[in-house]
Amino acid sequence: MATIAAAPPHTEVKTAPSTTGVWSWLTTVDHKRIGALYLITGLFFFVVGGLEAAILRAQLATPNGKLISAEMYNQLFTMHGTTMIFLAVMPLSAAFFNFLIPLQVGARDVAFPRLNAFSYWIYLLGGVFITLPILWSMAPNGGWFGYAPLSTKAYSPQHNMDFWVIGLQVLGISSLAAGFNFITTIINMRAPGMTLMRMPIFTWMSFVVQFLVVLAFPVITVALVFLQFDRFFGTNFYTIAKGADPLLWQHLFWVFGHPEVYILILPAFGLVSEVLPTFSRKPLFGYPVMVYSGILIGFLGFGVWAHHMFSVGMGPIADAVFSLTTMLIAIPTGVKIFNWMATMWGGQIKFTVAMKFAVALVGMFTVGGISGVMHSSPPADLQQTDTYFVVAHFHYVLFGGSMFGLFAGMYYYFPKFTGRFLSEKLGNWHFWTTFVGMNLTFFPMHFSGLLGMPRRIYRYDAGQGFELFNAMSTGGTVILMIGTLFGLINIWKSWRTGKMASSNPWGAATLEWTIPSPPPDYNFAELPQVKSRYPLWNMKGGEKLVHETTYEEEKGQHIPTSQELGIVMPNPSIWPLVTAFGLIVMFGGLLFMDASVPTAVAVMLAGTALWIGALYTWLLTPLEDHH
Amino acid sequence: MTATTAPTTAAHGDGHAHGGGHHTSLGLDNRKVAIWTFIGSECMLFASLISTYLIYKGKSPEGPFPHDVWTSPTTGEVFKPILNIPVTSASTFVLLMSSLAMVLALAAVQNRDLPKHTAWERILGSSKIWLWATCLLGIAFLGCQAYEFTSFVHEGLTMRTNLFGSSFFTLTGFHGAHVTAGVLWLFTLLAIDYKRGLKPSDALLVDICALYWHFVDVVWIAIFTLIYLIK
Repeated sequence: MATIAAAPPHTEVKTAPSTTGVWSWLTTVDHKRIGALYLITGLFFFVVGGLEAAILRAQLATPNGKLISAEMYNQLFTMHGTTMIFLAVMPLSAAFFNFLIPLQVGARDVAFPRLNAFSYWIYLLGGVFITLPILWSMAPNGGWFGYAPLSTKAYSPQHNMDFWVIGLQVLGISSLAAGFNFITTIINMRAPGMTLMRMPIFTWMSFVVQFLVVLAFPVITVALVFLQFDRFFGTNFYTIAKGADPLLWQHLFWVFGHPEVYILILPAFGLVSEVLPTFSRKPLFGYPVMVYSGILIGFLGFGVWAHHMFSVGMGPIADAVFSLTTMLIAIPTGVKIFNWMATMWGGQIKFTVAMKFAVALVGMFTVGGISGVMHSSPPADLQQTDTYFVVAHFHYVLFGGSMFGLFAGMYYYFPKFTGRFLSEKLGNWHFWTTFVGMNLTFFPMHFSGLLGMPRRIYRYDAGQGFELFNAMSTGGTVILMIGTLFGLINIWKSWRTGKMASSNPWGAATLEWTIPSPPPDYNFAELPQVKSRYPLWNMKGGEKLVHETTYEEEKGQHIPTSQELGIVMPNPSIWPLVTAFGLIVMFGGLLFMDASVPTAVAVMLAGTALWIGALYTWLLTPLEDHH
Repeated sequence: MTATTAPTTAAHGDGHAHGGGHHTSLGLDNRKVAIWTFIGSECMLFASLISTYLIYKGKSPEGPFPHDVWTSPTTGEVFKPILNIPVTSASTFVLLMSSLAMVLALAAVQNRDLPKHTAWERILGSSKIWLWATCLLGIAFLGCQAYEFTSFVHEGLTMRTNLFGSSFFTLTGFHGAHVTAGVLWLFTLLAIDYKRGLKPSDALLVDICALYWHFVDVVWIAIFTLIYLIK
C-alpha cells in the first residue's frame, strides 16, 4: 500500500489521484480536503467539549448536585477547556486557514502540502491521545492551564496529567508546523499584483495569528518540557522545596496563554470582516486601520500576560504595568468594533444566517470585551478572579466571539467548500436557539460570579442566592445543545442535498469567488492578476458594484481537469501520517516510565525510528512528478 | 522538524510548491522563507530556556554551584565550582570554526563550476571537504559536551540534584540536541553530494542548512556568555 506515495516519478500517462475512499483521505495533500478534515474533526471535538460542559451544568443545576464526584468534575472541566481551545476552536480556525488562504491569495496550494497533512494528522492523533482516557476516568484533572506545582508528580501522582502534558506537547507541534507553512504561503505565494495591502482581511488576520503561533508556542513547549522532565526524570523546575519559583509555570504559561487568546479570536474577526462587507454591499470601512489594529493586537498580546496573575501578589509596579497594557489592548479591539459598525452603516444589509452570526459577534464580543476591560483593574480583578464572573467574560468572547465568527464563516463559505448552500431555514433555527441559549447560559454567570460563586467547585450549598442563576445557566445549556443539533443536522443534510451554489452566490468581492464552487483541485486555471483589493467589485466607473452569479447560468459549464490543463498536482503521500504516528508513539513511551524504564525507552526508540524513517522516506519522495 | 523537512525534498526537483523556478512574491524559495520563520520560533524556545536558567541562578539552596565552592552541611563534603571554563572555551572555538567551514562548504557548492588551477583552489572548492569539516567539528563539540556532562555527574551534579543541575542540563542538552540534528542534516547533504554531486543549483539546500547551523552557533555564543562567563 505504501508504494502509492513513491509512485514512479516518470509515469507518462498519469491519472488524477483518486478522491474517494479511505485511502485517498489518509494520503491527501490537497489543502481543501485537509480543510474538510479539520472542519469535521473540529466539529466532532466541539460536540465532545459541549457534552462535557453539559454534564458540568447538569451537576450544578441545583444546590448540592449528586450526579458526579468531585474527581470526575475536575476531569470534566479540565477536558472541557482543553478540548474547546485546542481541539475545537483552533482546528475550526485551521479549517478556514487551510481552505481559504491559498484561495484568497491566488495560489495552487499551501507552500508545503505534505507538511500541511502532517499538521492535521498530528492534531488528530494528539486529540485522541488526550481525550480517550476520559473513558476510563483517567482524564487530565488539573485545569486547562495545568498550574505547576499542582500538576507535578507530588500533587498529581496518577497518569491523568501525563496525558495532558504529553498531549499538549504533541498538539503544539501541529500548530507550529502549520504556522511555518501558512506564513510562507502568505508571504511568498501571493498572486501577481496582490500586495500586502490588497490581501483579503481574513488572510491578514490569519497572518497575524500565525506569527502569534510560532512565537508563543515555543514558550509553552518549554514549560511543558520542564513539567515532563519533573514528572518523568525527577528534575526540580517546579519543586518548591528545592528553591523553585512557584510562579515560573504561571509566567511561562501565560506568556503563551494570552497570545493564545488572540490566536482564538483573530480568525473569527477575519471571517466576520469578510461577511459584513459582502452583506452590507460596501467595502470594509477603514481597511488599513483594520489591518494595523490586528497587528497591534498581536504585538500588545505579548505584553499583557500577567493580568492573569494579579491575585498572586506581584507588587504594585508589575500590577500597574500590566493593568495599563491591558487597557491599551482594548483600543485596537474597540476600533475593530466601530469599523464593523461603520461598514454596516448605510449599507444595503441582507440578513442571511451568516450575517446574523456576524452581527451577533459584534454585539456579544462587545459584552465580553467590556467585562474583560473591567479585569484590567487589579482591585476589581481581585474581586472577580476565580468567580463565575470570569467564566461569563471568557465565554462571551470565546462563544459569542470565536464560535459565532466561525459559524458566520461556515454559513458564508459552505457553498464555496461544497458547492451547496447550508439551509437558511435550519440555519435560522440554529442561530436563534444558539443566540438565546448562549445568553441564557452565560449572562446569569455575571451575577452568580459577583455574588461570589467560585469557579471549579463541584457543588454549592443552598441559600447563598446562587440557585436561580445556576438554574438559568443550565436551562440555557439545554437550549444551546438543541441549537448545536440544528447546526449539525443542517451540515449533514446540506452537504448531500443542499441547494446548489454558483461560483459567487453572495456577490462577494475577493479572489476565492472567481473560481467554481467547489473549486477544482488546482484552484486557479491561470494565476490571477490582482489590481485592487476587491477584484470582483468594480470600484471605479460607476458600473454595477456587485456581480452575483446564479447556479443556472453556470450549470453545464465544463470545468477542465488538471490533466486537460497540463497542471502537475502534488502526489498523495501516506508518510505525513506515518511520521505523525511515530511521534505519538515516541511521546507515548513516556507513560511507561513509572512502570518500567526499559519498556519506556524501547517504545520511545521504536517511535523515534518510525518517525525518522517515515520523514526520510517523505523527503526523498518528490512532491510531484517531473514535468 | 521543519528545518530538516526542506532540504532533501528539493534534492529531486523543484516543484511549484517550493516555488523553485516559479513565481514567488519575494523571489525567494519557499524553503528559505520557512527556515527563517522556523529560526524566529526557535529564538523564543531558547529565550525561554535561557530566561529560566537566569531566573533560577543563585536560587538553589544547595550545591554544587556553577561558579562557587560548596560544602555540604550534612556530609561536610566539599564540591568545587562545576563549570569548566577552559574546556568549554575550547569547544566554543570548535563550534565557531564549524561555522567557518559551513560558509566554505556553501561557497564551494555555489562555485563548483568555476575552473580551479591550484591545489589550494581545489581544496577550497571541494564541498565534500568542508561538509566533512563542519560535521566533524560539530561532532567534536558534542564530544566535549559529553565529556563535560560525564565529569559533572562524577563531581556530583545530575539534573535531579538541584535547580542549577535541572536548568543547566536542560538548556545545554537542548542545544546539544540541536547540534545533533544539524550533524544528521549535514550527513544527509554529504550523502547527496557523494551520490550525485551538489551542483550550484542545489546551493539552496546547503544554504538553509547553513542558516540553521549558524543559528545554533549563535545560540551557543549567548549560552556561553550568559551561563559560563558571567558569574
